[in-house]
Amino acid sequence: MDFSSFNAALLIASLMVAATPVLLAAIGELVVERAGVLNLGVEGMMITGAICGFAVAVNTGSPMLGFVGAAAGSLVLSLLFALLTQLALANQVASGLSLTLFGLGLSSLIGQSYGGQKPPRAYRLDIPGISDIPFFGRAFLQHDMMVYVSLALVAGVWALLKYTRAGLILRAVGENHDAAHALGYKVITIRILAIAFGGACAGLGGAYLSLVRVPQWTDGMTAGAGWIALAIVVFASWKPWRALIGAYLFGGITVLQLNFQAAGVAVPVQLLSMSPYVITILVLVVISARSSGAGAAPASLGRLFHAGR
Amino acid sequence: MKRRTLLAGVTTALGLGLAVGPALAQDKPKIGFVYVGPVNDGGWSQHHHEAAMAMKAHFGDAVEVVEQASVPEGADAERVLTQMALGGADLIFTTSFGYMEPTIDVAKKFPKVKFEHATGYKTAPNVGVYSARFYEGRAIEGFLAGHMTKSNKIGYIGSFPIPEVIRGINSSFIHAQKVNPDVEISVIWISTWFDPAKEADATQALLDQGVDVVLAHTDSTAPLAVLKEKGGLGFGQAADMYEYAPEPRISSIIDEWAPYYIKRVQAVIDGTWESDNTWDGIGAGMVGIGEITGPVPDDVKAEAMKMKDDIASGAYHPFTGPLNKQDGSPWLAEGEVADDGTLAGMNFYVQGITGSIPN
Repeated sequence: MDFSSFNAALLIASLMVAATPVLLAAIGELVVERAGVLNLGVEGMMITGAICGFAVAVNTGSPMLGFVGAAAGSLVLSLLFALLTQLALANQVASGLSLTLFGLGLSSLIGQSYGGQKPPRAYRLDIPGISDIPFFGRAFLQHDMMVYVSLALVAGVWALLKYTRAGLILRAVGENHDAAHALGYKVITIRILAIAFGGACAGLGGAYLSLVRVPQWTDGMTAGAGWIALAIVVFASWKPWRALIGAYLFGGITVLQLNFQAAGVAVPVQLLSMSPYVITILVLVVISARSSGAGAAPASLGRLFHAGR
Repeated sequence: MKRRTLLAGVTTALGLGLAVGPALAQDKPKIGFVYVGPVNDGGWSQHHHEAAMAMKAHFGDAVEVVEQASVPEGADAERVLTQMALGGADLIFTTSFGYMEPTIDVAKKFPKVKFEHATGYKTAPNVGVYSARFYEGRAIEGFLAGHMTKSNKIGYIGSFPIPEVIRGINSSFIHAQKVNPDVEISVIWISTWFDPAKEADATQALLDQGVDVVLAHTDSTAPLAVLKEKGGLGFGQAADMYEYAPEPRISSIIDEWAPYYIKRVQAVIDGTWESDNTWDGIGAGMVGIGEITGPVPDDVKAEAMKMKDDIASGAYHPFTGPLNKQDGSPWLAEGEVADDGTLAGMNFYVQGITGSIPN
């Protein structure tokens, strides 16, 4: 085996880019689930964000506005889910799945005239002197802004859930909505806000695909990333920093296996290709085996709440 | 994935509705097309779709065209084909390698419906196959890649390890090596025809490994989008992808299906359709070479065009000996030309390519 062609700084840089879409979607879904709502529509919201962001960026020439548009588009879509599950009390699993179907179709419709177009370039971090530090600069300090936004979101969600009153209320709603309601908290409102936040994050993740990682629009381009994000939330046992680890682990193995192939490392391709999924499953099993693992799911997750009951 | 299920469900409904009265619509032939990706993928599926539309424009109201996009290879394909056949289709084009078994299976159940399967090798009385000699185009791309690489590392993004893709890798490498004996080729298999994110990641991984010219054998324009952003050269695949010219796209392989579609539909109209095995290349016009652009020097350009002409006229065959297999065992002697049988089932690398083919 010849590892001389592996450049750790480049690998880390690629890993962060590959992991960012799922990380963004996962951190949003994590907040939604901590509020006790299971939204399986992440894939649909991501792809809607991908095309909304792409369309706005192409028409305005501003990637930043593109990301704003993506967040807004997916937020609106997620409000549809909120309307169904929080106000009409529809089943969350069914509503989430149909949200994915709807999002895929809607994005395809909006995106019809955007095939083959090129989005404006996203702004990249470039601090003279610092971004050029050997290794460290290349690996961490030459990314586009969304990579840092995703990291800031993780830190923000963590701090919110752990240290603030708002985070405590959100968790209370997710753990026991009846008790939270009895204490006078507006369960439905809080959940709708959480769902909207999850939608906006998924939209950002989708737009990251269409504006930075690929960068172009094609039908069905998320290709299952939303489902990976859902798995990572469980993988993380609903803890923000673990979601970061999960997303980077998944992204890292994905990038590493492609590099292994490109470098001609003599490991069967099938093993390499399935490694990200196998390792995700393994970690899930290990976490579930521990009492604090899957048991850490918010107690009211997926259950319907009706104030009048 | 779910959208496909939904669409398939809609098709079922339509199929059932039409199955009640298939005899009513016997006046004009109904031609079906099944695609593996969306019709705006910018590459393979879009090009088949455009050829289908060109065929439709040619015949006008004389034919009816039904299409189904984003059909996964495997059991779903069988369901979609059955529905199309029940829906009264007279001729169905199945446009991806993985539709081979489903096509053969469904054709058995509907002996009166005619099928045309792209890039496969299994035929039946009502199943014909058609493919293009993409490896002829790959020879020219490999030649250009060998000239243009500065790092002496070229990359190839493979979908599935099927003969069509392996031929492309071999042909590219042979001709890159001819003009640049130091060249190495890195192959990445991504196990899908269409997944822009994966194609982009694979391109990035190749760049990270020092590759500076990337050949893609997948359906989207994602590799070119990444090359545009990060630097490096590439080629249009299946479609011209001229929107990425003059750089990073320096040339392309263009699939020209429309004339074939028109010919075969005409045969159905005339009642002369018979199962065939068409494998045409540059000479017959089924493989087009896109304009050579970008930083390619004029003499290299001229040499590439000469190679194209020689291949078209039959004066040159991309697989001409002396060639050895990867393990060093002789394959073709000096001046010997590969036969179609070996090419159609090609499952080995030629000498000089490192790495192994997944099986």
